[in-house]
Amino acid sequence: MTTNPHLLDRREAVKALLEDRSDLLVVSGLGSSSYDVFDAGENAANFYLWGAMGGAAMIGLGLALAQPKRPVAVITGDGEQLMGIGSLLTIAAKKPGNLAIIVLDNGHFGETGMQMSHSGLGSRLEVIAGGAGFHSVSDIADFEGIAALRRKLRNFDGPHFARIRVSTAHVARALPPRDGVFLKNRFRGHLGLPVN
Amino acid sequence: MADLATADDVTSRDWPLDIYKALKAAGVSQVCYVPDAGHSRLIQLSHGDSAINTTVLTTEEEGVALCAGAWLGGDRAVLLMQSSGVGNCVNMLSLLASCRLPFLTFVTMRGEWAEFNPWQIPMGKATRGALEIMGVTVLRLERPEDAEEVTSAAASLAFDSDQQIAVLISQRMIGRKKWTEAK
Ligand SMILES: Cc1ncc(C[n+]2csc(CCOP(=O)(O)OP(=O)(O)O)c2C)c(N)n1
Repeated sequence: MTTNPHLLDRREAVKALLEDRSDLLVVSGLGSSSYDVFDAGENAANFYLWGAMGGAAMIGLGLALAQPKRPVAVITGDGEQLMGIGSLLTIAAKKPGNLAIIVLDNGHFGETGMQMSHSGLGSRLEVIAGGAGFHSVSDIADFEGIAALRRKLRNFDGPHFARIRVSTAHVARALPPRDGVFLKNRFRGHLGLPVN
Repeated sequence: MADLATADDVTSRDWPLDIYKALKAAGVSQVCYVPDAGHSRLIQLSHGDSAINTTVLTTEEEGVALCAGAWLGGDRAVLLMQSSGVGNCVNMLSLLASCRLPFLTFVTMRGEWAEFNPWQIPMGKATRGALEIMGVTVLRLERPEDAEEVTSAAASLAFDSDQQIAVLISQRMIGRKKWTEAK
């Protein structure tokens, strides 16, 4: 497979997006997206998924509704979002101003051997998001776009949907903790919530 | 009217209101659902309550993930669905087991009592099994007068003891489907 040299490096893109993140809460989709978010800086306000494919955006919605004063970003892959494509409709209908769904779109199912995804085969997630009812939709292919998205994350005028076009180029391994109970308690602890 | 009541009438007791009151007492502040006729009253109550964030879903597994996110953010959430939706949830339930997340769902049963639609039977029969293989504890609500107590016990098991709980509401209690002929 050839990689497009003009596409963003996913690690660089996520690092730029999470720069000066302050009170941002992040849910990351299984596989590469979780590795990217971890690589950008370990943080108790990160909830890394290692499974629950298709569920990242809805976890973000439940969290955004529970924490309306905190900005929430879901950072996930095109394959992961495709499996939960209906959740874009659910989120658009609910309109949480503090939620952003950010898809790192490499057009492939990277984790499972780089098979082409529907996105790679022509489906346009940002158009689907617009049709679902998102008013704030961006299609990002450079760092200026990422800087603009970073500002949007703070405006509480969402829900925002962003597709970030990223390269399929290989990135080094970076594995976040896998223990779900630990991640849950750490995340809730960060919010000042008690352990049961 | 009471003397004319038959087994297929929806019971005169407003048991969805009892569930609603028990959920309020348990501190539930998010309700999500894929509609079912048997849940219509509870859905209505929840939409009518400004202290409850009510979310309509496109598929039931969205609700499993939504309830998980709600708990991460400090909210108690409940998923309402009919038995056919349980099959849609199976893999997403692994999220709850992996993170030991509280979960409470109310499932209106189809395919188990005076069912007229054969297409409801297979999933109705498999509902309990599908939940149990994923580690969800199944409680049954068979009698309207138990609604408040069962809900309250289920909420404690879920939110105080980190359990995944499904309350199956018997089809007998919901009553036969009524057809309104559009002419
Ligand atoms: C329900 C379910 N089906 C299939 C898989 C296998 N799987 C793991 S990751 C993945 C693809 C992820 O693709 P994408 O979200 O685009 O991530 P990336 O390309 O960034 O790795 C698949 C299919 C799974 N984990 N769960």
